[in-house]
Amino acid sequence: MAYTFTRRAALAIAASAALVASSATAVLAEGWKPQKPVEMVIMAGQGGGADRLARLFQSIIQKERLASMPVLPVNKGGGSGAEALRYLKDKEGDAHVIMATLNSYYTTPLRTDIGVDIEEFTPIARMAEDTFILWVNADSGITNLDEYVAAVKAAGRDWKMGGTGTGQEDSLVTAMIEAEFDLDVTYVPFKGGGDVAKNLVGGHINSTVNNPSEQMGFYNAGKSIPLVAFTPERLEAFPDVPTARELGHDIVYAMQRSFVAPKDMPQEAVDYYTAMFKALSESEEWQTYTSEKALMPAYLTGDALQTYFLEERAKHKAILDNMEGEGSS
Amino acid sequence: MEMLALLGDGFATSLSPLNLMVVLLGVTAGLFIGAMPGLGSVNGVAIVLPLTFIVPPSSAIILLAAIYYGAMYGGAVSSVLLGIPGASTAVATTFDGRPMAQQGKAGLALIAAATASFVGGTISVVLFTLFAAPLADLALAFGPAEEFALVLLAFTTFVGLGGDDKLKTVVMICLGLVLSTVGLDLISGQPRLIFGDMPGFYSGISFLVLAIGVYGIGEILYTIETSKTAPQVTPAKITFRELGAGLKRINKMWKTMSLGSFLGFFVGMLPAAGATPASLMAYGIAKQTSKEPETFGKGNIEGVVAPETANNAASTGSLLPMLTLGIPGSPTTALLLGGMVMWGLVPGPMLFIEQPDFVWGLISSLYTANFAAVLINIALIPLFVWALRMPFTVLCAIVIVLCIVGGFAPSQKMHDVWLIAAFGVAGYLLRKADYPLAPLVLALVLGPLMEKSFRQTLIAEQGNVLAFIERPLSGFFIALAVLFFVLPLVQAWRRTARRAIAPAE
Amino acid sequence: MLVADRLIAGAIMALSAYFMWHATVLPIGWEGETGGPGGGAFPFWLSLIMLLCAGGILARSFAADAKASFFFDRTMLRPLLMVVASLVITIALIPIVGAYVAIVAFLFWYLRIYGGHGWTLTMSLTLATPVFLFFFFEATLKILLPKGITEPLFFPLYAMFF
Repeated sequence: MAYTFTRRAALAIAASAALVASSATAVLAEGWKPQKPVEMVIMAGQGGGADRLARLFQSIIQKERLASMPVLPVNKGGGSGAEALRYLKDKEGDAHVIMATLNSYYTTPLRTDIGVDIEEFTPIARMAEDTFILWVNADSGITNLDEYVAAVKAAGRDWKMGGTGTGQEDSLVTAMIEAEFDLDVTYVPFKGGGDVAKNLVGGHINSTVNNPSEQMGFYNAGKSIPLVAFTPERLEAFPDVPTARELGHDIVYAMQRSFVAPKDMPQEAVDYYTAMFKALSESEEWQTYTSEKALMPAYLTGDALQTYFLEERAKHKAILDNMEGEGSS
Repeated sequence: MEMLALLGDGFATSLSPLNLMVVLLGVTAGLFIGAMPGLGSVNGVAIVLPLTFIVPPSSAIILLAAIYYGAMYGGAVSSVLLGIPGASTAVATTFDGRPMAQQGKAGLALIAAATASFVGGTISVVLFTLFAAPLADLALAFGPAEEFALVLLAFTTFVGLGGDDKLKTVVMICLGLVLSTVGLDLISGQPRLIFGDMPGFYSGISFLVLAIGVYGIGEILYTIETSKTAPQVTPAKITFRELGAGLKRINKMWKTMSLGSFLGFFVGMLPAAGATPASLMAYGIAKQTSKEPETFGKGNIEGVVAPETANNAASTGSLLPMLTLGIPGSPTTALLLGGMVMWGLVPGPMLFIEQPDFVWGLISSLYTANFAAVLINIALIPLFVWALRMPFTVLCAIVIVLCIVGGFAPSQKMHDVWLIAAFGVAGYLLRKADYPLAPLVLALVLGPLMEKSFRQTLIAEQGNVLAFIERPLSGFFIALAVLFFVLPLVQAWRRTARRAIAPAE
Repeated sequence: MLVADRLIAGAIMALSAYFMWHATVLPIGWEGETGGPGGGAFPFWLSLIMLLCAGGILARSFAADAKASFFFDRTMLRPLLMVVASLVITIALIPIVGAYVAIVAFLFWYLRIYGGHGWTLTMSLTLATPVFLFFFFEATLKILLPKGITEPLFFPLYAMFF
């Protein structure tokens, strides 16, 4: 108990000291600038898609000198991001912490009570929406959605769908597919998207819902086949892959890649980071990356972003409630 | 010989003066990062990664390879000198490296480690050069069932032998396995064993925290307490005669080293397995096939050579699934993968065909980095050995500071530093009461892999336990595992039987 | 000291029981739905084995010919406790006054007061360590150590080295 007390006390002291120091220098400089390296908390472990993207942002920021202080990524992936959310909650008022989020930003607080309300956090910027595609092994002989549904129906629970864990984004899409086509598959969780992709190509599972970037290498080698994209419109990188909506099934799902800050971050700091991400979203590296990796750039800030977060949270709550109601795995 | 021509092109770039400088710099930096308890190649690679946007990609790859190799060599330094494994891959090195240092043979142990690393690294780079592309398919054949069987094999080659108290060994294995389940249940996504909702436990208990606590703080407490009653650690010194004799002994270990290299390369190549099981298996096999297995764990030089060849070979092997399949086998390769993506390279089966410059540039820089690492490492050994001659209270103070800072650095949580202190005291008490600590640490490392792959297989096979035996590859590994488990028992039985017969003759 | 052996075995038993109780939050049996054991199964059953084995060790220590494995030199208890206490105090201080102050204080205490070393050695190590830590961890590896209330003092250093 002494531990929490001392830490909180120390934080309070540190925060007030930092505040004094920053307000003193703020007068001198024309705008607010970070006084010390900025911590970029990542809601996922090292090596996953979210981590790679966050480190890409860090590299671009460093290369283009978008920030006056280095941005340092810190992975706090424990508990599907619960660790990161709790950490951010404790950083109230801190101007030197930002967090890279994904959809577990909504789902984790919805699934387990961790005492975090995401409404309190300060939204900074949404950078992109990552897309999901349904993949099968090229040896399976399946080339379109109808064949897929028929094959899954024939196999029943012997059909193995790989994913990154119950409650994760791909499991939600899987649940939506199951509901839409009245299927019942066996969902096998793996440690990360790359692991899932490899197991598909190795024939250990029958189909996956992967981000394009995770399957890209195998797709180029002709080892996996994309069947249908869960995007509003066809992807530039996959012009021949139909969307679910085109085929008359309204399944659209995206993974948001955004940045948020702790509650009550000073407004000048919020403006600084917003401008930084604005410049980032216009950089050449970022533009190339999004088109190559079939990522949808979707820059959004401020109140509009907060509204988006709350809408998405409501949407996820409905999906999760539905999943639990059916009791499917 | 198109391949040799490509490799030659690779060498042409990696041997330019600028790139040689880069290699030396990277290897030295990597050595020191790796020698620091708590830090490993992942930290080195993480800082260099953003810089790689600024230097030309070819130099960037070389720098990354150099740091990677340097850190692998450095890991052995902290295992031998301080008895704290800097990374899970170096655990097996402490078993004999630490006793050697206590007997005043730290210099010899370090030379053995460096030589073994060099041999392991070189053999596996050659294997990599020759077979990279065809072997990728083997890695694909590895599903969850095979993973489980392999980890089980790594476990049994190691455990099952010990002459320690059996009940206490079982207690320690179980404790390690239970601690490994702390955090998040991967399958259901629910938190478990988080001790009244402490957020620090959400990400589980990391191997480094336990190892630094038990081997770092625990060891210091033990030495403080026994320093009055037990004889002091023999001060380390190296004489050339001793070195010569040592090198001659290492020279005779070709069998151990080639076994370690092949084992390391093939196990390291399998996604999700990696260097830790490889080094444990190499140690276990070296011990079992040795003529004097009882000297292992008491400062047998072969016990340093075997795991060090294997873990360096495995670190090269683990680059293979990363390049050919885009699957990182370790956090470090995951970061490297991220780097490749940033450079616009798409890892996967097509990489060797579409980007030969990159692939062969990397392979050739592995050769140069390995060579530079062994030279720099040997040159620095006198410095490392000198560090051991500090008065005990000074060394102790430095190690405590390194444990605190090194424990904080990987996750940047004070929570972990508190855990290190707790594990230190607990480890000290357990050691006093003769509980073996190695099984505890190993169980924590292998536990998550085992549970995950076991449950994945059962879900995929809908509860069919026989799946592990029915699949040919996993069945083979399980049979081997059973053999390794039974072998020591049979040997012990034969020994007693012989002894019983002897008087009658 | 059989007592110490028994205490440790007893503590392990208590810990196992605590783990078992915690593990029951998740299903501990074989799940029909997914196939395979539930999320609590591994920790629960392994803890049970641990409990039984530690019980065995405890029972064994009551046997007539039981030998103590735990020996302790009482004269060393004081220095041992002092080191543990200094470690705990240092860790507790880090979030408040920062790693640099806490570690410097620890080194000074350990080398000068506990170790009885001369001023030259004490001061050179005490001052060299934070400099090394800053340049190795912060400037090079970009791993920030906790600073606590000393944070503002580092702003000029950050401006210089980052």
